[in-house]
Amino acid sequence: MSLDLFLFFSLAVISVASALAMILNRNAIYSALFLVLNFLTIALFYLILSGPFIALAQVTVYAGAIMVLFLFVIMLIGPHRLAYSEANRWQRPAAMVLGLALLAEAVYILIFRPTPAISGEQPALVENFGAPKVLADVLFNQYALAVEVIGVLLLVAMVGVIVMVKNAGKRQT
Amino acid sequence: MMVPINYFVALSGILFILGAVGVLVRRNLIVMFMSVELMLNAANLAFVAYARHYLSMDGQVFVFFVIAVAAAEVAVGLSMVIAIFRTRQNINVDDLNSLKG
Repeated sequence: MSLDLFLFFSLAVISVASALAMILNRNAIYSALFLVLNFLTIALFYLILSGPFIALAQVTVYAGAIMVLFLFVIMLIGPHRLAYSEANRWQRPAAMVLGLALLAEAVYILIFRPTPAISGEQPALVENFGAPKVLADVLFNQYALAVEVIGVLLLVAMVGVIVMVKNAGKRQT
Repeated sequence: MMVPINYFVALSGILFILGAVGVLVRRNLIVMFMSVELMLNAANLAFVAYARHYLSMDGQVFVFFVIAVAAAEVAVGLSMVIAIFRTRQNINVDDLNSLKG
């Protein structure tokens, strides 16, 4: 087994195991920390797939900012209030069955009916593929309008969050 | 030797299904939200894998946009969680049944 395949399979095991641990853990803080581990392995996959900028954006935005926000909210609400509940017992086996059905369908499509698009080896790397300069060239020329829309979206989200949290406080008092 | 593209797509599918099962199984609003983030990341992994396969930067640009939208979505969603918690003192989705018909 080559080094690349070994790296891929060990990282895949870590990523699937941390996703499972995230779902099954009773403590929401441990769930969040396992999700951070999962995001870091996905960032390593991005590095393997020659996307260094995306990998670092994943680490800073997802594993850094977004998960800090999650941990902050968990601490604010209090982890003891986030207990596991066992209402609606029939839902859990139903969810497992539906998930397994979805997995079976995905395996069937990916392995037994490979389309030409998803089979075969990766083509050889061209020079500078995935370099931040090349990415910025596409981002700010071809997708310049989308970048501006994203900026407006983030601003609207920020204003919306402030308005929503403010009103929720007023309603309670 | 490089890793074939199918392996990445299969891993992305497995992570997506784990996220979907997490949304269905857990009753805690915050953990359900984290499972949605897991599904977004699975889709991003498929995007980057195909960008590598077709040697096109568009996939990575889309992942950048998805990350930005996810940041906005998490901010709004968590503020809704806090608003729900302030009015109901509870974020278990089974107890949020006042709209039940």
